[in-house]
Amino acid sequence: MEWETVIGLEIHAQLATKSKIFSGASTAYGAEPNTQACAVDLGLPGVLPVLNAEVVRMATAFGLAVDAEVAPRSVFARKNYFYPDLPKGYQISQYELPIVKTGKLIIALENGEEKEIGITRAHLEEDAGKSLHEDFAGMTGIDLNRAGTPLLEIVSEPDMRSAKEAVAYMKKIHTLVQYLGICDGNMQEGSFRCDANVSVRPRGELALGTRTEIKNLNSFRFIERAIAFEVERQIDLLETGGEVVQETRLYDPDRDETRSMRSKEEANDYRYFPDPDLLPVEISADFIEKVRLELPELPDIKRQRFVTELGLSAYDAGLLTASRALSEYFEAVLAELEGEAKLVANWVSGELSGRLHKEGLEIAQCPVSASDLAGLLARVVDDTISGKIAKEVFAAMWAGEGSADEIIAAKGLKQITDTGALDALIDEIIAANPNQAEQLRAGKDKLLGYFVGQVMKATQGKANPGMVNQLLKQKLLGSGKHEGSS
Amino acid sequence: MHKMTLAQLARGLHDGEFSSLELTEHFLKRIEQYDEQLNSFITVTGETAREAAKAADARRAQGQAGLLTGLPLAHKDIFNTRGVKTSCGSRMLDNYIAPYDATVVEKMREAGFVMLGKTNMDEFAMGSSNETSFYGPVRNPWHLEYVPGGSSGGSAAAVAARLAPAATGTDTGGSIRQPAALCGVTGLKPTYGRVSRWGMIAFASSLDQGGVFGASAEDCALLLGSMAGFDERDSTSIDRTVEDYQSSLENTLEGLRIGLPKEYFAAGLDAGVAERVHAAIRHYETLGAEIRDISLPNSQLAAPVYYVVAPAECSSNLSRFDGVRFGHRCEDPKDLVDMYMRSRGEGFGDEVKRRIMVGTYALSAGYYDAYYLKAQQVRRLISNDFAAAFDEVDVIMGPTAPSPAFKIGEKSDDPIEMYLSDIYTIAVNLAGLPGMSIPVGEVDGLPVGLQLIGNYWSEARLLNIAHRYQQDTDWHLRMPDVFV
Amino acid sequence: MSLDIEQVEKIAWLARLQIEAEAKADYARNLSDILDFVEQLSRIDTTGVTPMAHPQDLPQRLRADEVTESDQRELFQQVAPAVENGLYLVPKVIE
Repeated sequence: MEWETVIGLEIHAQLATKSKIFSGASTAYGAEPNTQACAVDLGLPGVLPVLNAEVVRMATAFGLAVDAEVAPRSVFARKNYFYPDLPKGYQISQYELPIVKTGKLIIALENGEEKEIGITRAHLEEDAGKSLHEDFAGMTGIDLNRAGTPLLEIVSEPDMRSAKEAVAYMKKIHTLVQYLGICDGNMQEGSFRCDANVSVRPRGELALGTRTEIKNLNSFRFIERAIAFEVERQIDLLETGGEVVQETRLYDPDRDETRSMRSKEEANDYRYFPDPDLLPVEISADFIEKVRLELPELPDIKRQRFVTELGLSAYDAGLLTASRALSEYFEAVLAELEGEAKLVANWVSGELSGRLHKEGLEIAQCPVSASDLAGLLARVVDDTISGKIAKEVFAAMWAGEGSADEIIAAKGLKQITDTGALDALIDEIIAANPNQAEQLRAGKDKLLGYFVGQVMKATQGKANPGMVNQLLKQKLLGSGKHEGSS
Repeated sequence: MHKMTLAQLARGLHDGEFSSLELTEHFLKRIEQYDEQLNSFITVTGETAREAAKAADARRAQGQAGLLTGLPLAHKDIFNTRGVKTSCGSRMLDNYIAPYDATVVEKMREAGFVMLGKTNMDEFAMGSSNETSFYGPVRNPWHLEYVPGGSSGGSAAAVAARLAPAATGTDTGGSIRQPAALCGVTGLKPTYGRVSRWGMIAFASSLDQGGVFGASAEDCALLLGSMAGFDERDSTSIDRTVEDYQSSLENTLEGLRIGLPKEYFAAGLDAGVAERVHAAIRHYETLGAEIRDISLPNSQLAAPVYYVVAPAECSSNLSRFDGVRFGHRCEDPKDLVDMYMRSRGEGFGDEVKRRIMVGTYALSAGYYDAYYLKAQQVRRLISNDFAAAFDEVDVIMGPTAPSPAFKIGEKSDDPIEMYLSDIYTIAVNLAGLPGMSIPVGEVDGLPVGLQLIGNYWSEARLLNIAHRYQQDTDWHLRMPDVFV
Repeated sequence: MSLDIEQVEKIAWLARLQIEAEAKADYARNLSDILDFVEQLSRIDTTGVTPMAHPQDLPQRLRADEVTESDQRELFQQVAPAVENGLYLVPKVIE
């Protein structure tokens, strides 16, 4: 039988606020355990929540970015369950009335086609703390610093049909929330993670199969592998006469498998009801308009603009707009090098991104500033150095040896464009290689390259290659006019 | 000194008749002398009280004393008091030293009050007789075999026996008004949102409201003025100016429209109580008020609604007592589940467990609509009844409780019977309205309370109405003989 | 509405309350009485009535996104049953 995979994702994006969703404690990552858990976060007897205005703005911005209706009235509810990292015994979340209603997003498929993925809803909730399982004399340690960190849970429709589509969607949301400035997207620190609902059904069947939920996937690679494993597991089960059990599963990256997470007694009944400590959140049309006006240029629009206005290929535009920070870096370089979009694009998506990737750095940590890179490329544009030499200069800039001009001067890398100096050098080389010169004149064109190589070798690459070509042709073949470099 | 009202004590301090330290010592001595019989306090903070009293005297000597500087007061043990045990009447919090102050505690201290200690209460404010306290029942000062009412029974009894000139309380379904009635003191439950809930341990968040007990309406006016006000830490606190409750106490009642809901005088009301309440209402007629018969047709549904809504909210509010970060943890838990089950099983008493279980059930899958949602719909009908009534009248009057105090143990085996003692007070909380109870007589030596229900934010008017009655009568000034 | 002991056990489990075996019958009776008492609500016609979750018909107030709290771990952990290295300790959580 041929099987079809059906995937829906619940993405949890930590909102990049300074303080928590319901308290004035800091959300900064990495503090000593429980030093950022205030009375409210600890759920001490008698404490009360007050909603952070910023999370409302951020959720509104997200809603607008995915073409969703931002609810004029949404309600916080309590989701009741016991767990040591959940201090109050309930999580404040939104249930029946979420802040963001139905929206949609377009993803690009591998075959170049586009696909619309429906967004069911997005709601605000508080994050839980962390359980640390390393041994404290057989006990588990609880750190509640993360408790109360604002989360936007983005729930998709079961619209994805493969692990790759799921990853494409997740990446798209990842890019979007960073463009909006509402989430730092740091997956290692858990700022951006997802649960995947996976089921399979015979192709052509309309009814959905029984799904399992894979919890807490925090890398694109894990998502792809966890889903792939789970799909295979479910198909194996069904093909051998078994049944898929609706359950929560955990992906173990070390063993590359998913396994059942909850025992039967944990069957949950969350007893949602409106939180009586909080009143309904009301959002006015004026507020929504204000947020709309403040929205940054979104990735799809920017990508389109890079193609139509800057003449970049769709591929380059896609690469450069994959992250807001990268696109802004690109635009900052371009601002100093008007009309050189292609050159800048090649450098940013090539040399620069490659180097960042190799060293595992984010664009924000790049040792070469946009303005420094612009300084380097300006020297390429004005023929001071060749593209090849530019790479050498770039490496030196990366190592912190100074600006492009400083490095070019210090290392004497300036291109030799003085015809007189080259003339003499070329004459010397022709004289030293009479046989090759003879053969070339006799029609063995390939030998022109040999002579270019000799000249470049003698000038340690600093000769302008175009100019060398021209001069050689003039002297050896008596043809070719000086047409400028390149 | 203990026979004086708070207002009189304030004048005495101001005129230098006695110092705050003398006053504080006097009440501490009375607590020591009498509280063994009453059990109205869980914690007495003698040491800090004396220090605070000395500091108050020093401020007075420097001419920096306010109206309330140096007056003693007791807090219900539901309010967090930094550095002092805050038990909420429960074994669960028997070891809990509060790390912060409730807004009410902070504001009243800043106003100059000296805290004498923390008063006994029904466990987590769940009860109408003060018998559910981990610290044992409080006794009614008028008759030691009788209950003081609940849940703020310790506060009511302490004020009635004059072990404290005034005390705070909380009212979720009648927990200030009913014990005020049963102990013969004046009690006020303000409009929901008038007093901050920050630091007040939650029972049912949409119903809980802090309030006060005093010897008179005038005292309650002083107390409310110092505890009310906007608090940005409570999302349900309303940013609205606190009125000067003193200035309107003497206003005329000429033309006041009093509504008597027929449902509050129907079967189930003790005849003696009915007689005393009618007598009080007749007195209002002599003050120029106009009496109108009204109907609150859904009154009989208030208790069933309450016993869905309050348990539902409490089942969730009390989940934080899990033995992880504070409070009782069982000995040697064998695993996580064992820790939860035993810590909570041991930490909570029967009534609390019952209510948590009713609430858990009412919110659980398959029952939510039939219980919780239905109750919230009927709650709206009850609230609408009041809205319609206040189109016609300025204040609603009736009995606070269906009978005077009952005997300790009399109703403790029958939850439903117990729940009916709040039958007249519950609806006020469901709607979020302000209410008062004032003493208007006795039946067989036990006090009877008249309930006054006002429209939203009408505390000043309610205090005025209560005060005018107290100007002409002395029920509120009577004291049980034993404690004179 | 009458609850049996098995239902009482299920509710007690959801609420994480240990109920002594000999007390379960009493709980079943008391809880059944309470549910019978509130059962009268089912007879009321509430068609079209908006549920009233709260006495205030007001929107939620919002606070500015500012860090106003500082570290009080030492104070807060004084009332904790078990802590080590700043962590709250609980019996091992198995996932």
